[in-house]
Amino acid sequence: MSVARAVEEEQAVRLLAGLRPERALTLDEHVAAYGRPGPARDLASELQAAELTGRGGAAFPTAAKLRAVAARRGRPVVVVNGAEGEPLSGKDKLLLRTLPHLVLDGAVALAAALAATDIVVAHSASADAERDALDFALAERAGAGLHPRVSISRVAVPDTYVAGQETALVSYLSGGPALPAFTPPRPFERGVGARPTLVQNAETVAQAALVQRHGAAWFAAAETMLFTVSGAVGRPGVYEARIGTPLARLIADAGGLRRAPRAVLVGGYAGAWIDARDARGVTLEEAALRRVGGTLGVGAVAVLPEGACGICETARIVTYLARESAGQCGPCVHGLGAIAARLERPGPGEEPLRRWATDVAGRGACRHPDGAARLVVSALSVFRRELEGHDPSRCRGASR
Amino acid sequence: VSERIRVNPIACQGHGLCAGLFPERIRLDDWGYPIVDPEPVTKGLARHARRAVSACPALALAMARVDEPAVPRSR
Repeated sequence: MSVARAVEEEQAVRLLAGLRPERALTLDEHVAAYGRPGPARDLASELQAAELTGRGGAAFPTAAKLRAVAARRGRPVVVVNGAEGEPLSGKDKLLLRTLPHLVLDGAVALAAALAATDIVVAHSASADAERDALDFALAERAGAGLHPRVSISRVAVPDTYVAGQETALVSYLSGGPALPAFTPPRPFERGVGARPTLVQNAETVAQAALVQRHGAAWFAAAETMLFTVSGAVGRPGVYEARIGTPLARLIADAGGLRRAPRAVLVGGYAGAWIDARDARGVTLEEAALRRVGGTLGVGAVAVLPEGACGICETARIVTYLARESAGQCGPCVHGLGAIAARLERPGPGEEPLRRWATDVAGRGACRHPDGAARLVVSALSVFRRELEGHDPSRCRGASR
Repeated sequence: VSERIRVNPIACQGHGLCAGLFPERIRLDDWGYPIVDPEPVTKGLARHARRAVSACPALALAMARVDEPAVPRSR
């Protein structure tokens, strides 16, 4: 993911306004590009008015999460979730690697709103450039004497798909395994070290930094989101685009289509396939995507070209998701494994795939099985034609 | 306050006793794990529900209030 720029539309560049794709902004460069944090605001009210929602995939209202933590007794902890286990997403890594101070400003603002003095920034263990950028940024801030009462630590978490799930993250940061936990208690009730904990995705935190600077009205007037575009496009990478931008526009800015598209996977491995015909006119907003069976999710957009097999691709993804199951919940362990095996055999048939997918949704401690189920159900309708008498051995060699 | 049965899917070992004791709200999937109907447990069914909860060898079932707050969790 080397290319990172904004969809060229008026006011579409906000988070990435100061971006230098090849390296992290220094503290001085950051202040020059984004200004200093704004005057003290009631951040929860601003976030609520801005209607900022979590960018980790679940789109939970940020203000509600903040208030849930604020209402608890005990010293709260703020966790910036930059683990980004989703293979099709690179936006959080991009932010940590190139704009660490924007993320840290957001984390400090959220901590201030909670009178919290402990911040943990989590990144995946293999993210070396992100680790180095964070360490450098933290040293710069310490040298500059910024927020001396706030302690910010950086933690590398295992490179697994579920490690970024928030209860798994809280467990790992508390000295346990990086595995999802049964809720309740949720992190806001009993999080890191049993303290009330606010877990927010790295992009959400960076967006909060902008809300803190510019206020809710500015934010809501031209809300943007980071999209990771991959597959049959000219310049795969991370792009910032306004919510409501046509998908076709995002793809055009990502270098356009390299080949005629068959379908687009929106939302990552836990997202949904959209038929190329439906994708043509759709805009990047939750309601519009829902109408064609999709979801924004983590904002990952992968273009499958005509001639590639969507069933094989879905089988590959579900096999991956089955392998990445934490292995704790029966429906996820057995269901995802069975769906993957079924997709890989000749003549998989719509049944029992649809029933299995429907059955496993909502039945894990976390939403890992729900994401796989959504993907499979979308594949069954979008790739109906390919499913008929599908034989993976005949698809072998189909280019992607 | 009305209640429903909640499964702790990490604790559940798929023994399947619950479906036999409370077929009105619990069926088993193809691998023997319970699928619980989210419908509240009506008064007439409360005894069956409690019996299923107490019979679980893994202690994976509990009665939960239906009006639980929205779930803030990612992914």
